[in-house]
Amino acid sequence: MIVQALAFYLFAAVTVAAAFMVIVARNPVHSVLFLILTFFNAAGLFVLIGAEFLAMILVVVYVGAVAVLFLFVVMMLDIDFVELRQGFLQYVPIGAVIGLILVAELILVIGANSAGDASAAGSALSSSFPPVSEVSNTDALGRLIYTEYAYLFEAAGMVLLVAMIGAIVLTLRQRPGVRKQNISAQVSRRREDGVELRDVKPGQGI
Amino acid sequence: MAELWWDYGWPLTIMVGQSLLVIVGVLVALAFLLLADRKIWAAVQLRRGPNVVGPFGLWQSFADFFKFALKEVIIPDGANKGVFLLAPLLTFVLAFMGWAVIPFAEGWVVADINVGILYVFAVSSLGVYGVVMGGWASNSKYPFLGGLRSAAQMVSYEVSIGFVIITVLLCVGSLNLSDIVRAQENIWFFIPLFPMFVIFFISALAETNRPPFDLPEAESELVAGYQTEYSSTPFLLFMIGEYANIVLMCAMIVILFLGGWLPPFDIAPFNWIPGIFWFVGKMLLIFFMFAMVKAFVPRYRYDQLMRLGWKVFLPFSLVWVVVTAGALVAFDWVPA
Repeated sequence: MIVQALAFYLFAAVTVAAAFMVIVARNPVHSVLFLILTFFNAAGLFVLIGAEFLAMILVVVYVGAVAVLFLFVVMMLDIDFVELRQGFLQYVPIGAVIGLILVAELILVIGANSAGDASAAGSALSSSFPPVSEVSNTDALGRLIYTEYAYLFEAAGMVLLVAMIGAIVLTLRQRPGVRKQNISAQVSRRREDGVELRDVKPGQGI
Repeated sequence: MAELWWDYGWPLTIMVGQSLLVIVGVLVALAFLLLADRKIWAAVQLRRGPNVVGPFGLWQSFADFFKFALKEVIIPDGANKGVFLLAPLLTFVLAFMGWAVIPFAEGWVVADINVGILYVFAVSSLGVYGVVMGGWASNSKYPFLGGLRSAAQMVSYEVSIGFVIITVLLCVGSLNLSDIVRAQENIWFFIPLFPMFVIFFISALAETNRPPFDLPEAESELVAGYQTEYSSTPFLLFMIGEYANIVLMCAMIVILFLGGWLPPFDIAPFNWIPGIFWFVGKMLLIFFMFAMVKAFVPRYRYDQLMRLGWKVFLPFSLVWVVVTAGALVAFDWVPA
């Protein structure tokens, strides 16, 4: 148990510290790198609670794909730091409100947990799938998603598909006059199409 | 105190010992594989290759190692120092993290975790950060372009690799690498899933920036890509990390398609040989194929690379996932 506790405090401390660095780092690329560190440690926390499938998916999807694109965009942007700092204070009220809401929610969750409501909620959930100790959590997650929540899952898939098509439609640009390689035309070209033999008489041009 | 030692100290010692064994083993193997790569390349071009240091040039990689390690580290003036040095370190560490879950023979694995294949997939998808960070931190245009190319390339080919892995998982019914090997006792997966084997092999070439997909370091246009500003030990770390990734991909191909440590036929002369020899032998075969591809395939153009990944491999592997799932359900072959 000691090892788990130590690992938890290590991951949690690094998560919080890295998340803090995301907002205070001066260089936006450093911010993204700290964000990646945060994701990574969050994955570590998932492993500690026995949700290794979620941890791996978090790393593959967020760290391996989403954050790469983030980094891509941030590296290419030409950001003026002085200009960025100027309007900084005007976001404080909104930030404070969001922070307060989060804190209130956390207190509610922890309060409900310690009041013993969690066990009731837990038993309602556990009726639909076997206890975690019996199946691997990949198995448990699959059973839950593809039976109880199949329609919601597919709806989420549809939303993502629409978002993807929307992004493509918004950025698709048809420029006239672009010369594209036509491979079938290249391959089907014969010698007769490209080469012409003319008999040039001496002393005359074509 | 003694209790604390037997509960935590001893398992920790064993774990550290096993990890060191794997890391040192892979590093020593890499030294000779690097030489083999160069020798094969030379032989295809009717050259001798490295033949000065030691018999047949066997100690060439070690000589190279000392040369790299003893030279001065040069950090460019405008470089972002911390990220510049972190990038090769990250590449090196990530390349060796994946080895933790590779089963070399029945039960010979450092960490036999439930989601082994996802772990390898996650770690190899992180490899892109070393390249991107190195390219950005060098503060120079060729490394930057190389880093961007690499990021796009690795993200593209990861998609088709993901679908290949899903196809294999459908036939196995487990994410554990040892279970994947055991599921191939009757037939190795490269026979029923041959197209997926080919796609995985080519995607592995692209994922590890090997020729013909070595566009991030295409010397004719980008000097040496993201490695341009690196010298001495940081360069060495990049180099070792790259080769460790290549060999890890060889191991993945062996586990997913060539039956891991299993002998080709479970009869007398074949099953006398221990599993580890079969595993290493198959890995060497795949590495030989990697080296041969490097020797005689010309480099792809960047738009052709993207076309191959998104317009050929992705639709094909997507259809194959559906076909495999359909066949498994139709013939009632779904693993329990």
